[in-house]
Amino acid sequence: MNDIDTDIIVEAIRKLECDLPEDIERKLLEIREKEEGLSRIVVDSIIENIKYAREEKVPICQDTGIIEFFVKCSKEFKKIKKVIEEAIRRAVKEVPIRANTVNPFTRENQGENLGRFHPIIHFEYEDDGFIEIDILAKGAGSENVSRVYMLDPLKGIKGIKEAVIDTVRKADGKPCPPIIVGIGIGGNMELAIHLSKCALLRPINQRSSYEVARNLEEELIEEINNLGIGPMGFGGKTTALNVAIEWAHCHTASLPLCVNIQCWALRRISILYDGKETKIVR
Amino acid sequence: MDTILNDEIIEKISIGDIVYFSGILFTMRDMAHLRAVELLRKGEYLPFDLKNRVIYHCGPLLKGLKVVSAGPTTSMRMEELEEELIRLTGLKGIVGKGGMGEKTLNALKKYHCIYMEFPGGAGALAAKQIKNVKEVYWRDLGDPEAVWVFEVKDFGPCIVTMDSRGNKIR
Repeated sequence: MNDIDTDIIVEAIRKLECDLPEDIERKLLEIREKEEGLSRIVVDSIIENIKYAREEKVPICQDTGIIEFFVKCSKEFKKIKKVIEEAIRRAVKEVPIRANTVNPFTRENQGENLGRFHPIIHFEYEDDGFIEIDILAKGAGSENVSRVYMLDPLKGIKGIKEAVIDTVRKADGKPCPPIIVGIGIGGNMELAIHLSKCALLRPINQRSSYEVARNLEEELIEEINNLGIGPMGFGGKTTALNVAIEWAHCHTASLPLCVNIQCWALRRISILYDGKETKIVR
Repeated sequence: MDTILNDEIIEKISIGDIVYFSGILFTMRDMAHLRAVELLRKGEYLPFDLKNRVIYHCGPLLKGLKVVSAGPTTSMRMEELEEELIRLTGLKGIVGKGGMGEKTLNALKKYHCIYMEFPGGAGALAAKQIKNVKEVYWRDLGDPEAVWVFEVKDFGPCIVTMDSRGNKIR
């Protein structure tokens, strides 16, 4: 194997769906001790579920999501799109992953998770011969309560905080809390959304390198946890496992904001090819 | 607890109670709700009888006919149709996640029914408690939206968050 083939992508999807990243699992174990009553019962079930899914090699959640690919590669790997399509087709049967992709008008499901613009792949050009594929599987429960705001610049950081808190409050127990909040600030509308997804790809204990964003992340974690929504909305100390911000410069008249809500089952994984060998990393 | 319920059993159940079901569950989510309600409005019958039964807001993941992962889906999407489904079928229990609205709460009270929540995202654990697929209806809706009839053993924790006396958690 000298770069990325279908086998390794199917293998990555299996690990993506059946095993949670270590940082998320560690955080869930940590917050379990803080919860009591129904919230504690719910977190116990979540942890039991994670272990059982890993042992049995079955998907953690039946909503195996829309699997999104963030690819960095050079032009010589132009076949990668075909390879990913074939991997998705195989993963539906082999992992298995649920056939989630439908026609938005007729709701027809062709059963392969393929279709117009599917699988969703974002390409970024890299000239060094390396390939990096970050993969995110996100379910609809949390995607459905995510929101984009085009705020007035005068609203400032205070306006950003209000919009984030309002989004989380309205989402309540629906997105399977404890949640991870990926936030994109700036850019334009679609870049803010893209950045919010990139924020979800970051390890949850890694704060933003930019001080203003870092402070905002810390303040938001505290304020969201003060809402008391708790695991599955049963009340409690933990509503968010993390808040991560990615940002870009923006138009002088705009303040784009995307609040991307992610359920506790943050399923992300990466495939790296360094010019010699290919490996799956988390 | 058995999955065939009646008013007497329902009256004894309160919010905060935790139920484990053994028996039969019918998965029903968005499209199955719509099709069922449209048929019943026309005075037609469903190919399955929901009287005194428990439905499960779930779009399962299967490998062949083996259930691999089958946790609950967000119940609130069914809010608009649930009252009508309860009224027209006589179903007695709903398992989902995230809670439901006032319209359903009133229907639970009026028609003696309960709403319960299985921990969201715990799909592998739920599948472990599903022993068998007895039947499947409306597969043309796509596998996640079809009505799957599951035989379950000690299926739970199903936390009662809305009871038949108008009480709710949250």
